Amino acid sequence: MLMPSLSVDVGGLTLHNPVLLAAGILGTTGASLRRAALAGAGGVVTKSVGSTPREGHPGPTVVGVECGLLNAMGLPNPSYKEFQEEIDIAKTGGVPVIASIFGSSAEEFAKIARGLEPDAFELNLSCPHAEKYGSELGRYPEMVEAVTGAVKAAADVPVWVKLTPNTADIAELGLAAQRGGADAVVAINTLKAMAIDIETGYPILGNRFGGLSGQAIKPVAVRCVFDLASLLEIPVIGVGGVTSWEDAVEMIQAGACAVQVGTALLKGYSVFSEITEGLSRYLERKSLTLEELCGRAWRHK
Amino acid sequence: MRPLNSIIQEVRAEAPSIRTFRLDRQLDAAPGQYVMVWVRGVDEVPMSFSGPDSITVQSVGEATQALFRLGAGCSVGLRGPLGKGFVLRGEKILLVGGGVGVAPLAFLGEQAKSIGMEVTSLLGFRSSEDLIFQSRFEALGDIIITTDDGSVGIHGRVAAGLKELDLDLFSQVYLCGPELMMWDIISRCIDQANKIQVCINRYFKCALGVCGSCCLDPDGLRVCVEGPVIMANRLLESEFGRYRRGPSGGKGLCRS
Repeated sequence: MLMPSLSVDVGGLTLHNPVLLAAGILGTTGASLRRAALAGAGGVVTKSVGSTPREGHPGPTVVGVECGLLNAMGLPNPSYKEFQEEIDIAKTGGVPVIASIFGSSAEEFAKIARGLEPDAFELNLSCPHAEKYGSELGRYPEMVEAVTGAVKAAADVPVWVKLTPNTADIAELGLAAQRGGADAVVAINTLKAMAIDIETGYPILGNRFGGLSGQAIKPVAVRCVFDLASLLEIPVIGVGGVTSWEDAVEMIQAGACAVQVGTALLKGYSVFSEITEGLSRYLERKSLTLEELCGRAWRHK
Repeated sequence: MRPLNSIIQEVRAEAPSIRTFRLDRQLDAAPGQYVMVWVRGVDEVPMSFSGPDSITVQSVGEATQALFRLGAGCSVGLRGPLGKGFVLRGEKILLVGGGVGVAPLAFLGEQAKSIGMEVTSLLGFRSSEDLIFQSRFEALGDIIITTDDGSVGIHGRVAAGLKELDLDLFSQVYLCGPELMMWDIISRCIDQANKIQVCINRYFKCALGVCGSCCLDPDGLRVCVEGPVIMANRLLESEFGRYRRGPSGGKGLCRS
């Protein structure tokens, strides 16, 4: 019997399956991105790159907490000028390579976009732990719109905008990205959080606070995706705690056209094939197409 | 996991810039595995075990300098043991170490000897004052020492001592030291690469296999979880010995 197709057109890209590698996970080198592609990812998002090299925050940069990971990597990257060669290696994996980029202004974003040739861009307007970047811009709808517009004007590939949940109303940010001409929004980045070493009172992360990812934030992500997808005309890509195929089904039912997987890579690269195979079996059992599954929760609004 | 609090029990100076820190807990580590040591308020850095409850550290940067300011009774945070350590194979083994890289090999050799293996050691140092753990290795079996300045043992690099040995006689070789020294040894023994276990070093951040800062070209091997001990034949066609990535992810030459 023919297995249901997992192929999907989303945000200007055609993916052979809707399970992508999320930004910031195993995305520093072209080789590790290609490895994710070969392991079955439908697309891969790079580590965020900026205009100048950054070493990132001092350690600890990552700490395991209840049901998730807390990180404050601090946007380490070698600058976009050194990154095209990694993108070119990643492309040999045979799936779309989405470059995550960050800057402190619309002009800086546009400059980086002009200097890279990925299959699409994902604008990091949501990192919660780097001064002057990420959510410090991305929590203002007018900034989201301006940055998106500037990159759309500078780039000739699709532009996705990754949104922060650290706001009163994520839908407002999604609408701003749509007004700016985004081809899709990606929701959500990590939730601003911290952990303290009770023996000494020291905040554990070198940066003191960081972003929470993993299973702990999945219900938050599902709600954000549900709200965004019911409001926006552009597609929503769901990210936040997707660990199993059941999580992917839930995220897609909330309205996501595709999902991204990050923290679940703690289990290794096999997570991509586990999720796509489970999703495929589910669609077959329910006699549904991926398109029919998308947004299925809305009928119960 | 959150870092475990650990009180330093004893600090021993092994050489001018090398100290051993004995901790208040045994982490059940295999030689070659590492622990992320959090010097609070400064940074978190990976360190190999030099014994079941000790790490031996060379002062090379801000975090290790801060660690050197800590004495018995001070505390650090520990995440570990992490990664894949050395695996003992066969009956007659060779340890090849350089500088502070001999530390995990002393720990490994002691485990090997305790289960009846025959242990030979080839150890290289810059000079006599950098020589560490001589008595530990002497207690294990035959030992050859080289120094760059000739102040002890054979005058020359570690490879100079290799000429004294017939590698065919050993079931397994264990290598740890500066990258260019290890690459020099591996490139002289390419036909034996399938029996050389190498403990390598890359820039670790998360130490959980997710951040990607330690991935090795061209296969994307995650050194922090799939290493740090790797068979030499997997390194032959890799970046090892040629370049390595720094904290930004940018490539730099191997300088030592």
